[in-house]
Amino acid sequence: MKSFQGKCLSWRISDGTIELQLDRAPCNEIGSESLAELEKFTEALESLQRDAHALIISSARSEGFCAGADLRELYERSQSLRPADRIAAVRAFLERIHRVMNAIDGAPLTTIAAVHGVTFGGGFELALTCDLIIADKMTRFCFPELRLGLIPGFGGIPRLKRDLGNAVVRDLLLTGRSINATKAQSVGLVSQVTGEGDALRVARATAAQIGKFDRETAMAAKRFIKTIPHDELRREIEIFCELFTKPAVEEGLRKFVESTDALPYLP
Amino acid sequence: MTTLEKTTEDILQLASAHFKVPREQLNPTDDFFKKLGINSLQALDLLTRIEQHFHIELPDYELQGVSDFRTLAERIQSRL
Repeated sequence: MKSFQGKCLSWRISDGTIELQLDRAPCNEIGSESLAELEKFTEALESLQRDAHALIISSARSEGFCAGADLRELYERSQSLRPADRIAAVRAFLERIHRVMNAIDGAPLTTIAAVHGVTFGGGFELALTCDLIIADKMTRFCFPELRLGLIPGFGGIPRLKRDLGNAVVRDLLLTGRSINATKAQSVGLVSQVTGEGDALRVARATAAQIGKFDRETAMAAKRFIKTIPHDELRREIEIFCELFTKPAVEEGLRKFVESTDALPYLP
Repeated sequence: MTTLEKTTEDILQLASAHFKVPREQLNPTDDFFKKLGINSLQALDLLTRIEQHFHIELPDYELQGVSDFRTLAERIQSRL
């Protein structure tokens, strides 16, 4: 499928670059529908990659790249299940999203996340699967999961640890604070900071530059330098599932879903 | 040395320009969520603009419980 228009995302291929664009209100929260379309994308990637050298992931939503997992759906789905079935459902979701993230992470293409605005939780984790992150200067990155009594569950910690120093990972994870694009670039997370509204253009220019190189050589370089931390990713799923059984998580999710607070993302 | 008054005025100007509320309608003691009509995502946007303008890093947890321009200015002032 050379192009696709779904309910939560779309993709197309142009000049050797696959462009995957997230577009689900309000800010691309990843729930079961988004996951199904992401799975459809990774299936299509098998054939798309024959005609491409690069992949750009971006967002059509003005609010940002992606606000992370759809917590409302997670809470409501959990409430509809017997306690004994909740963990199985969460684990199944995590296994599926990890397969998607791993497929993008290891894709034989140069992958670029063109991000802006809110890049939180699962959205941050999606950006971390990419080889390069190009960030609009208004981008904010955050792992807010600890406020819910959880850790990031879409592969965020192992991938951030792969790319950055452990102290930076601890800062973001343990404080739950958000950082702007300039700070993210200073710690080595972001490759380029762009003007407002310019991340996708810069990502396209970068993809065009990448297209000048021999693809096999580029992929040999990628395989050499970028390994997928499979063992830690497995461990992350286990820890997430262990934590999910705690009553504090249900309470945290309920509070978030029912919150009318102006700053519900704050701990 | 930037004074608290100057910092407050800079925030009011920033908020006025970005959220299209006339400067004369904004006062230091105003609740900026109500006065600007912004949600949490827009508050993050304001935080980013403040960090860029003042060349500071202001962890968002320092804004917990802060809703008026003057207190926000005090938080910024402590980072200058």
